Amino acid sequence: MTGTVIATVERVTHRYAKTFALDGLSLEIPARYMAGLIGPDGVGKSTLLALIAGVRKIQTGEVTVLDGDMADERHRQASYGRIAYMPQGLGRNLYPTLSVFDNIDFFGRLFGQGAAERRARINELLKATGLDPFGDRPCGKLSGGMKQKVSLCCSLMHDPDLLILDEPTTGVDPLSRRQFWELIDSIRLRRPQMSLIVATAYMDEASRFDWLAAMDDGKVIAQGAPKDILAKAGKTTLDNAFIALLPPDKRAQHQEVVVPPRSDSDDQAAAIEAEGLTRRFGDFVAVDHVSFRIGRGEIFGFLGSNGCGKTTTMKMMTGLLPVSEGSAKLFGRPMAADDMEARHNVGYMSQAFSLYGELTVRQNLELHAQLYHLPSNEIEGRIKELLARYDLEDIADAKPESLPLGDKQRLQLAVAVLHRPPMLILDEPTSGVDPVARDAFWRSLIELSRNDGVTIFLSTHFMNEAERCDRISLMHQGRVLAVGAPKELTRARGKETLEDAFIAYLEDAAERDQGKPAPTPQTVAPASATAPGAVQAIAPRRFDPGRMWAYARRETMELLRDPIRLAFAFVGPLVLMLAMGFGITFDVENLKYAAFDQDQTPESRRLLESFSGSHYFSEQPPISSSAELDRRMRSGELAVAVEIPSGFGRDVAGRHAPEAAFWIDGAMPFRGETAKGYVNGLLLRYAQDLATEQFGPNAPSTAYLGRIQIENRFRYNQAFKSVFSMIPSVVVIMLVLIPAVMASIGVGREKETGSIANFRSTPVSKLEFLLGKQFPYVLVGMLTFLLLVLMALIVFQVPVKGSFGALALGALLYVFATCGFGQFVSTFTRTQVAAVFATTILAIIPVVNFSGLLVPVSSLTGQGRLIGLIFPSAWFQPISVGTFTKGLGFSDLGLNMLMLAVFAIVYFVAAHLLLQKQET
Amino acid sequence: MSVAGEAKPSRQRPLAPAQPSRKSRLARLRLHLANIYRLTIKELRSFRSDPTMLLLVVYAFTIAIYAAATGASTEAKNLSVGIVDEDHSDLSRRISDGLTPPTFKPAITLTPSEIDAAMNGQRVIFVIEIPPNFQADILAGRQPAVQIDVDATAAAQAFNGLTYIQNVVTDYVTQFITGREANFGALAKMVTEVKFNPNLKSSWFTAVMQVISNLTMITVMLSGAALIREREQGTVEHLLVMPVVPSEIMLAKILANGIVIVVSTALSLAIVVEWWLQVPVSGSRLLFLGGACVYVFTVAALGIALGTVASTMAQFGLLSIPVLLVMMLLSGSTTPLESMPVWLQYLMKTISPTPHFVIFSQGVLYRSADATIVWPEILITAAIGSVFFGLALYRFRRVIFNG
Repeated sequence: MTGTVIATVERVTHRYAKTFALDGLSLEIPARYMAGLIGPDGVGKSTLLALIAGVRKIQTGEVTVLDGDMADERHRQASYGRIAYMPQGLGRNLYPTLSVFDNIDFFGRLFGQGAAERRARINELLKATGLDPFGDRPCGKLSGGMKQKVSLCCSLMHDPDLLILDEPTTGVDPLSRRQFWELIDSIRLRRPQMSLIVATAYMDEASRFDWLAAMDDGKVIAQGAPKDILAKAGKTTLDNAFIALLPPDKRAQHQEVVVPPRSDSDDQAAAIEAEGLTRRFGDFVAVDHVSFRIGRGEIFGFLGSNGCGKTTTMKMMTGLLPVSEGSAKLFGRPMAADDMEARHNVGYMSQAFSLYGELTVRQNLELHAQLYHLPSNEIEGRIKELLARYDLEDIADAKPESLPLGDKQRLQLAVAVLHRPPMLILDEPTSGVDPVARDAFWRSLIELSRNDGVTIFLSTHFMNEAERCDRISLMHQGRVLAVGAPKELTRARGKETLEDAFIAYLEDAAERDQGKPAPTPQTVAPASATAPGAVQAIAPRRFDPGRMWAYARRETMELLRDPIRLAFAFVGPLVLMLAMGFGITFDVENLKYAAFDQDQTPESRRLLESFSGSHYFSEQPPISSSAELDRRMRSGELAVAVEIPSGFGRDVAGRHAPEAAFWIDGAMPFRGETAKGYVNGLLLRYAQDLATEQFGPNAPSTAYLGRIQIENRFRYNQAFKSVFSMIPSVVVIMLVLIPAVMASIGVGREKETGSIANFRSTPVSKLEFLLGKQFPYVLVGMLTFLLLVLMALIVFQVPVKGSFGALALGALLYVFATCGFGQFVSTFTRTQVAAVFATTILAIIPVVNFSGLLVPVSSLTGQGRLIGLIFPSAWFQPISVGTFTKGLGFSDLGLNMLMLAVFAIVYFVAAHLLLQKQET
Repeated sequence: MSVAGEAKPSRQRPLAPAQPSRKSRLARLRLHLANIYRLTIKELRSFRSDPTMLLLVVYAFTIAIYAAATGASTEAKNLSVGIVDEDHSDLSRRISDGLTPPTFKPAITLTPSEIDAAMNGQRVIFVIEIPPNFQADILAGRQPAVQIDVDATAAAQAFNGLTYIQNVVTDYVTQFITGREANFGALAKMVTEVKFNPNLKSSWFTAVMQVISNLTMITVMLSGAALIREREQGTVEHLLVMPVVPSEIMLAKILANGIVIVVSTALSLAIVVEWWLQVPVSGSRLLFLGGACVYVFTVAALGIALGTVASTMAQFGLLSIPVLLVMMLLSGSTTPLESMPVWLQYLMKTISPTPHFVIFSQGVLYRSADATIVWPEILITAAIGSVFFGLALYRFRRVIFNG
């Protein structure tokens, strides 16, 4: 690093569809500082950080980081090893089923560290973060604060020169938050050369930064040291300073929140009384004997981190979750889940937006009005009133999915109060909303409480919001630590701020809790066990088998811990093979027939005997009338009906041509065709017998049909059983469906869970990523293959007659091709669902219709043939059928194998071309 | 937020506590029905604003039906035949020329040593071997043997194709001898007549079966996805905080999706099957649609039950693909039900409504069966449907109320 600037951003504009995330932004971020970006959600902080980290593609403008242009691929390649990027969201780039150790280890592998080095570094980091007792715990089972520490460990594995943290403490409890910042401080002491860029929505945190930039609407509205910014705005808190620095028109909307004192009139009666409320999920106690009492008209707050039981408690109060233990009364009435009338008493607003995004604002209000059974003549007036009161008139016919968070929130509040409930339960109603909108929201809450006497029960993790409540309850790990007015609680602990008081309570709780060691970090960082700068010394290699193996290993571990995907991989093929092996059969047997014998002579019975003697037919009770014949054929009971008129025997004896009719059900044409073939065969023999009888061996040529002999040889399948052709075909279908679908999910999953950020921000190349992620699915495909072959042998008694080696090699190439196909599809689908359905639909048509499964490839013409040939199944089908039934080996199938290899390569190259290392 | 000018004199009061409700049953039923109606309207609005699903439904009931009916068929068509002619006589040439389209592709002439390679490489499915002196032997009254090799792994075509080839060979031999059309009816007048589909056109069958197949697939996917979407977005919780019960939510989903699907089916049957594909439908369309309503209810309940087992859309995808494949393959809509092992027939008829609906549809649409004939199938479908619905309701409550 040469200069004093770590990152320069010049005239950068970034937009998503029509909305601007960044609007001509220019900024110089100083090096070796802890630099902060502050501002509410949606102002472009995350976009800016992603551009600086090189994980997002620059649209317009220039971004210079570590003295190089981030638009230049070579510079980015060299920088991945020097930058660490921790995306927004609690543990969003972690793999929840993997242990803490395995998660960090994965990053070590991505940075090419040896086993000993990784172990040393992980131990050091775990000790420093106080996570060492939890090395084996899956990350999904950690608290939010701990997840963030693990995520930080992952970022620090390679001693980065630039550490980028996107809202690392949002939703974390105050104690863990403080510990997190202390940890950062100790790391900075150890590595003073490291620069940090941190985004945060907590204004109170920003005061610890060396330098900060306040952002609004994709622009920087102020930058400099915190105290300079305060001085410039003339305010004492950054919260107020931020509002003061907003453009005038926005600032004008803001009004101070004033909480008038409550009149005591309503205080005596309780709105909610909870006694020893407990909720368990399996072994996990989410809410642990919580008791509280909320007076009527009170604003009561639950303060606590993510996962502390706030939401669970609130859901129990709404009747959404049954109570495991304890009791709760709402307005003196015991809670009961099926109490429909009690539901009229509560208005609820859930944590995330949970109204219908696809219905308009007005339709959402209408739906709720109707479901609360408001009298129909009042609905229109009430909706009009709410639209006006909550400033929704202009957007009444817009769909919420396209609206900003603040608007959605007002809509949710309007919906919650629509039926005039005496109590509102609001679960983190303001998270992610900008300060102006948040204060406006609070003013309407206060108005509801003070003017309308509505009891408000809300949860939050913002201290300044908690201070506005009449009383609050501090929650941690399912328990209530303290209840009281915010000022009283602060005073009781002898602290300056509510946050300090909360931390004091948290520390007490941790002490009391001897069973669980509190994850207190060692603030004194141990001396670095490894040589600093070791990573930078290694030039980034183009292809590193270690990084590929890191992905392969991790993907396999994840797969092994996902029961649904495992079941799909191994139970799915078994079930489907059974279904197809037994279900798709072209053997037509046991055709039900019945006779309408109006003759009843030995001659007529003889004709019928030729049916009863054949195993193709199974006899049903005789028919007694033509109406019955018609009815039984219509019902589908009979596949064949034989009608012999009276006089049949007489005609035979008198050498008149006797007449008989054979009715065949053609509703299912294939069966009909075959039945017709059988019937004609029987009749032919009957006629021959008749002729021999009547004319002796030298019958006239017109009557005698036995002039030639036709010898049929059913090759490859002497018994002529469908199963011998179906089973090899099932193998063809299964080996495309299972591996391709699974491989297609592999990439989509990373996109959805957010762990794709690791691919974007580390030195792993597209080639390593794709190959590594393909590995477990090829393995699964081959195991599926072995399972299918075994089942073919044991259940269906279909052995491999030809070369098993040729079959296995063909299967391997085929599985490579189908996995490649799945990956290829996943590069252009956005979600896992889209990937699953697209892969299935795209694969199933060529496989079932055009690969020789139903129609032999040689009978296909034109388009169908072409579709078949451009999909690998048509090339594997001859290998499967050939080795299973025709006894073929390598020499017969060389071309097919070659083609499969070509497919594997083509799909791989296509996926490689379509996959973007940077997000666009 | 405009606060000024808002005067609300009345304070919001809770309802009187624990007042025992003495509403008549009728009034409560009215409330249930009103809720279901509102929620159904909501579902229909949601559906309308989802272009992907709309597109999928349109595709599944139009192009997909047409493609399946006209595409791959089990009809013996374009059969590839090799001929080894060691006779080179007039008769052997006639036989070779008699293999005419559309049933046969022009025959490929082979030498005896080429037979194995051609059959191993799947270039031909059948090989006709005509021995030397074939024509001479016939004229001399001897009985020469023609050998037909069949690739018996081509299960769908092998038997029927063989029958055709045998007919061609015997016809030409007989013609050659008698100099006129074969007339083996002289001894006995045996009439074989195919009912309900006289020319045994497979597109008649495939078209309607494909409608059933896609109807099943779309119903399961729509109803399951509708539930999972609500679970993923948290809207279902919002509904349950209101005076709405789970069965109302479920019935509304079934009703809304059912309306969409039954209407699509009716249109598909009229426009795609009858008009575009020219498949004659002989039975009562109304009876068929009535049965379809019962079936759609059953399958939608299944979709919802699956939607409660999976917790994300992706899991739902993985779960529903095998379930749907098994339901369709083992329903008698692909290959005959009675060809399956007997235990499997009973199993499928117990756990799946599809075999019953297939029997019902084939009866009504092809054989003009009336309600007096097909009512048992509908009754069983309804019975299976109630079990599915009960199961779905149980699972739904469990998943929503137990986290």
